[in-house]
Amino acid sequence: MPHISLKNLSIAYGHHRVLQDVTVNIPDKQITVIIGPSGCGKTTLLKSLNRLLDLNEDVKVTGDVLIDGVNTYDGNADILALRKKMGFLSQRPYPLPMSIYENIAFGPKVHRMSKDRIVQQINDLEGRMVQVPSKKNGQMDILVESYLRLAGLWEEVKDRLHTPASRLSIGQQQRLALARALAVEPEAILADEPTSALDPLSAQLIEKQFKFLKKNYTIVVVTHILRQARRIADYVIFLYLGELVEHGPAEKVFDNPSDERTRAYVSGEIS
Amino acid sequence: MDLRKFKDTFSTLSIRLSLVFVNTLAFVIAIILYIKAKPILVKVSLSHLLFSTSWHPIRGDFGFFPFIIGTLGVTAIAMILAVPVCLLSAIYLSEYAHKRFRAFVRLVVDILAGIPSVIYGLCGVIAIVPLVRFLGQAIGSPTTGYSLLAGGIILAIMVAPVIISVALEVFRTIPQAARENSLALGITTWEMIKHVILRSSLHGIIAAIVLGFARAFGETIAVLMVVGNVAKIPDSFFAPAYPLPALIANNYGEMMSIPLYDSALMFSALLLMLVVGGFSLAAHIILLRIERRGYA
Amino acid sequence: MRARRIEETIFKGLMLASLVLVLIMLAGIIVITVYKGAPALTLSMLVETPKGGYYLGKEGGIANAIVGSLLLALGASFCSILIAIPVAFGLQKEYTSWRYAGFTKLVLDVLWGTPSIVYGAFGFVVMVYFGLRASLLGGIIVLTLLMLPIMVRSMEEIIRTIPLELKEISYAMGTTKIETTLAVVLRQALPGIVTAVLLAFGRGIGDAASILFTAGYTDFIPRSIFDPVASLPLAVFFQIGTPIPEVQERAYASALVLLLIVLCVSLISRILSHRFSKNIVR
Repeated sequence: MPHISLKNLSIAYGHHRVLQDVTVNIPDKQITVIIGPSGCGKTTLLKSLNRLLDLNEDVKVTGDVLIDGVNTYDGNADILALRKKMGFLSQRPYPLPMSIYENIAFGPKVHRMSKDRIVQQINDLEGRMVQVPSKKNGQMDILVESYLRLAGLWEEVKDRLHTPASRLSIGQQQRLALARALAVEPEAILADEPTSALDPLSAQLIEKQFKFLKKNYTIVVVTHILRQARRIADYVIFLYLGELVEHGPAEKVFDNPSDERTRAYVSGEIS
Repeated sequence: MDLRKFKDTFSTLSIRLSLVFVNTLAFVIAIILYIKAKPILVKVSLSHLLFSTSWHPIRGDFGFFPFIIGTLGVTAIAMILAVPVCLLSAIYLSEYAHKRFRAFVRLVVDILAGIPSVIYGLCGVIAIVPLVRFLGQAIGSPTTGYSLLAGGIILAIMVAPVIISVALEVFRTIPQAARENSLALGITTWEMIKHVILRSSLHGIIAAIVLGFARAFGETIAVLMVVGNVAKIPDSFFAPAYPLPALIANNYGEMMSIPLYDSALMFSALLLMLVVGGFSLAAHIILLRIERRGYA
Repeated sequence: MRARRIEETIFKGLMLASLVLVLIMLAGIIVITVYKGAPALTLSMLVETPKGGYYLGKEGGIANAIVGSLLLALGASFCSILIAIPVAFGLQKEYTSWRYAGFTKLVLDVLWGTPSIVYGAFGFVVMVYFGLRASLLGGIIVLTLLMLPIMVRSMEEIIRTIPLELKEISYAMGTTKIETTLAVVLRQALPGIVTAVLLAFGRGIGDAASILFTAGYTDFIPRSIFDPVASLPLAVFFQIGTPIPEVQERAYASALVLLLIVLCVSLISRILSHRFSKNIVR
């Protein structure tokens, strides 16, 4: 049973249908890339996974989004727990209006992570027993450091942890966003065109980070950059005008697509 | 976990209640004023209240016409003086002035919009009243200076910051491309302003004027200090007048001792609230539309 | 072409003249207040309350009015903040439908436009009904009504500009509405909220018509919220009305004090909003 699976999912904004009857299983601990022309429902699909769509008005969702077997659109579903499970990276990396340190500590604090949990998390991250100071703040310090290391940002910011996060470069902000998302201990990471606002070098760093992280996380990336999809994808979902045209392992979809539209899109005839 | 959800539910509830409170408040104010005004509305017809010139509270005779004329008079003078000058200033700031100068004037205007009306009134007493007295004597209509004209001038100065800042904001919402496209046709900046800026910001200009009007219409203390307060229809600009807000302010004290007097004054307060509230509502609806559409 | 150029020159001249006229008029207000007020402003004016024969030009000062105005405006600011912040938060779409939020905003526009004399009349009627005398409490209540719409509207204007994506990120971490509101919205809007509070404070401290019959006037500094209280705008208003030059001088001094307070508040708001904006995300 995969972590995330969609069954007959249809989504409409008012009378405008954005997604129609999407059924797909998203494989665990791989990078799944959602591709397709702009306006085909990629972001909507992604945001349906953690119910961020709820923030929009007039959204109608039918069908099931099963996360660990629980239908998230069930009225009793615990949205907060669901969102905790799904880390999220947005198109433009908005740092929260706080310092770098607080950006990372925000999630663990909100979720009232216990001392033991924090210590265990640190040990898991470092892969060894770390000497953890008993002071509460000491533990948080190490946690922040660990996640910043995990996102490949520590060396650049270790001397200015308490300066406003908004002063970081945009590429650093996106890696901060990654560290921040990881700090709530998600099982999956959802990324909405995470490199579209970044310079090529920062984009490369993020891609590298994704490949590194897929050992432990299920990663879903929306992108409209085909070459990026080819570089990082293990599994590909191709959407066209709200319809799920094709999905499968990356080699299959890119090299031997079964649908004419997929072939046209991956060969660059339509965009 | 439960505590977090409890906090959320609780705060959501109190936040929604606060919205209900504000909405109720507005209606409560209007309804209470209406209830207090009812005795006089029952006894005297609305048209008599609005159009009779006879004002003798002791005899139970309440004709608001002189006060309505007083209010409309000072407001009209203020608008006639302020609107052209303010609009021309706003156009200059928006289209010709350097960015830094515009920011500076905006700052000055913002600060002046916050100066208490009693200070405007004081300056009116010190400077405008003698000026009007001098003017009146110069053209052969002797006056104390405390007059319709003095009230109008001081109001014109008071509404200037409002009109300028709203108009400027409206002009600045017009996209630069609209300017570039028309200037590219080889017309002068002034022609561009006439045909593009003014035409496309017509609604916003109206909103700016209406907001200024609303401000002037309800202004109390500053006008009260310079307008003379004589309950008679003024026969010239140099004659004293008696606007509605001043009437309320001057008679709060004794209104409880004369029958129906309080009711009459609450009627005028209700009138003020409805007129001014209605006008500022209209202006904000226009501005909201402009904001949504980018520019009108 | 020449006619067109001449037309432009004429209008440009008119515009410049208008702008200069407006600026002179507005600067005139400040210049007159300072010019008239400065000579009359002595230390004893600031620290003494009126003594016997004060209103005939004898000894005393306006400390009662200064303290009274500050008490009124601080009290009313405090009450307004308590109501305005939840209302401003509540206008976000997480808390209410856009229809109801839109309706509330229109109601706030009406309240915002309502002349202060109307609030004064309303407050007076209500106080008479409850048998309350003109007092600090009455003044604070009426000023709260006056300041509330000013505060909410300018807070809402700031909160509305917060990008939805920023809130999305916070929600995506599994936060509740109130957690996101306090951690993200409040911080992001803090400079705007400070500005809104100080703007409303400035309006409140300068308003005369609303407190004319709800706060009363007294020569003493109030000892409880049920005592009447003096205020600077009314000090100006009453003292300019007397024929005695010495007392009129005091009106000028009171006006200058009031002007200085308002200008300081405006300055402080600019400095504070700059200071609080370091964490702001643009």
